[in-house]
Amino acid sequence: MAHRAQPVIGRTGTLAGGFVVAVVALSFAGLGLRAEVGRGLGPAEWAAIRFTVVQSAWSAVISVICAIPLARALARRRFWGRGALITLLGAPFILPVIVAVLGLLTVFGRTGWVNEVLGTLGLPGLSIYGLHGVVLAHVFFNLPLATRLLLQGWQSIPAERFRLAAQLDLPPAMIRRTLEYPLLLQVVPGAAALIFVICLTSFAVALTLGGGPRATTIELAIYQAFRFDFDLARASLLSLIQLVLAGSAALIVLWIIPDFPLTAGLDRKLRRWDARGGVHRALDAGIIALGSAFLLLPLMAILLAGLLGLPEMPSVVWQAAGNSLGVAVLSIVVLLAIALPMAGWISTRRAGGAEAIGLIGLSASPLMIGTGWFILINPVADPVPLALPVTALINALMALPFALRVLVPPMRDVLTTYDRLTRSLGLQGWPAWRWLVLPRLRAQIGFAAGLTGALSVGDLGVIALFADPDRATLPLQMYRLMGAYRTEAAAGAALLLLAMALGLFWICDKGARWRAEV
Amino acid sequence: MLRFETIRIAQGDFALEADFEIVSGRKTAVIGPSGAGKSTLLGAIGGFLPLASGRLWWQDRDITHTAPGQRPIAMLFQDNNLFPHLSIAQNIGLGIRPDLKLTPEDRARVDLALERVGLGGMSARKPGALSGGQQSRAALARVLVQDRPVILLDEPFAALGPALRQEMLDLVQELSTETEATLLMVTHDPADVRRIADDVIFVEGGRAAAPQPAAALLENPPPALRAYLG
Repeated sequence: MAHRAQPVIGRTGTLAGGFVVAVVALSFAGLGLRAEVGRGLGPAEWAAIRFTVVQSAWSAVISVICAIPLARALARRRFWGRGALITLLGAPFILPVIVAVLGLLTVFGRTGWVNEVLGTLGLPGLSIYGLHGVVLAHVFFNLPLATRLLLQGWQSIPAERFRLAAQLDLPPAMIRRTLEYPLLLQVVPGAAALIFVICLTSFAVALTLGGGPRATTIELAIYQAFRFDFDLARASLLSLIQLVLAGSAALIVLWIIPDFPLTAGLDRKLRRWDARGGVHRALDAGIIALGSAFLLLPLMAILLAGLLGLPEMPSVVWQAAGNSLGVAVLSIVVLLAIALPMAGWISTRRAGGAEAIGLIGLSASPLMIGTGWFILINPVADPVPLALPVTALINALMALPFALRVLVPPMRDVLTTYDRLTRSLGLQGWPAWRWLVLPRLRAQIGFAAGLTGALSVGDLGVIALFADPDRATLPLQMYRLMGAYRTEAAAGAALLLLAMALGLFWICDKGARWRAEV
Repeated sequence: MLRFETIRIAQGDFALEADFEIVSGRKTAVIGPSGAGKSTLLGAIGGFLPLASGRLWWQDRDITHTAPGQRPIAMLFQDNNLFPHLSIAQNIGLGIRPDLKLTPEDRARVDLALERVGLGGMSARKPGALSGGQQSRAALARVLVQDRPVILLDEPFAALGPALRQEMLDLVQELSTETEATLLMVTHDPADVRRIADDVIFVEGGRAAAPQPAAALLENPPPALRAYLG
């Protein structure tokens, strides 16, 4: 008879996975208590559903369409600063949404740079509010993601194919047909689907650039029902709609979602012999310049406006920054406590459902979980003092799928490579973590921690539900300053927030590699 | 003694049978063509492959289902015998206690083992800072502190040059004689067999033959072994 060998690590993983499921399931229970499904959907709910789907679809389509030429140009050109630019394409991932929105407002807003240029030329200005603005911000965040996904695909085309194409002297049209179209067919649907799902649960962008009956996402509608009307029944109903929509979309696209290119490794040198003509070069250069400008200008705007605004910041900003730091650190701790055992559990299994638990973070939206927990907590305790810990917990859950993507493959690798040695030495449980997994995975653990810290410090989501004036995080405080038209102070806070997000990421990422010898 | 009681190891289409005893303290070479199942046999003894049927005994203890770390066995593999992120002393210390909670006496044992294999003063280094031969010595030092009655070598020195490999085999020979351990080692080289082995297990055609005295067998090999030796 064949005895199944005991896995070296991973027994605590079921506990951690169970905890995640419990947090989400309990929030459902809370929603179920209050949602009056029989009430049906009114015109406002339908409008929110329609807008959510429409803006997600536009965001996905435009991001991917713009990403195709950009990725193509990046794939076939070598130039100074290419590596830096590709690294920068990863930056929006840890860029606080509210900071980017302020940057976009500075560039594209009513009195922004673009409109001033248009004004001096006598052209009509453009408005960034409503559908345009929401889609613009989503493209700002997801164009880099789509570009990285496509670039990864392009670089997966073996160099030999390009050599063969050069040897056969294939014309550009033929190269497109034989090499590029098959690739696009493979990557584009997945990239678009991923962006679509991400945008479905968008909150901070809709909060700042959307609003009104014509530009309210479901997530924003939950917030409004909760915050302005304190209509828990409506908030619950909307949350359930959100769950059904985002959850089913996530399930459907789960099969075509590509691997997330979170880590580096996109700067592999690949020699190309095609597209050497001057027109091609100029076109590619123009596309790269345009793409870089679109990404860099808002960031520069934050830097400039922020430096000017720093002295204008009221002291509450510093207090909020302290809160945010606390939330981020707590998030990191919670994330590691959940993600490491879960990764250990998943790694010792062949494949399967365990990873799906991690994906809960993608489909269950923060405001939905927040609303559910509010309903549960409210009768027994005052939820307001719990605002910060609950935010930290939910932030950790949102970072979980990314952390698992980062941790599981190398963990599986380490456990396979040293499987026999660890078994023959009887290394099990904590000693196996202490002496094998943790030291071998320092870099990835640091990366996951940094990612979580940055996401958490910049998150403007569930905190907006719970907080009172005394308990704001920095993104929320910044939003309040923007709402009060204290733009300089908000810009200062944005710079501070940006520095904190990048700083947290940098400290965790570099700290973990510090004096690492292997 | 190590007793194989009508053992059958199955991996997909491949199966290997063994039914014999190895007397304690003997040094046995496992030889046979590539893919015949030499490593499979050692893997099963080490507890890494389940037995499809049969029992494995050490003295009068049934170790068929014992976890690898609980068996009276120390094993060296073809590669990955040392953790690259741990110092040599830590790597060897794991052989005494898997949680590395070492007493001063334990540390003294580690140092002694390092001296014995000729790596005195290198305890703080990482494996990467050692040569291939030194890494092999460090792995042998761990086998020494593990102090198990059975030692399995699955060609751990295959990547070393011929002279270095001879050196390691001599060291293995000395160490296993000193500790009176039962040694099983996979090898391809008849010279290795002559140098170190008392007995030979010839693995071929899905069967591991009972151990035969090495000298006699090499003098007068049966047809299958003759074909293998060329």
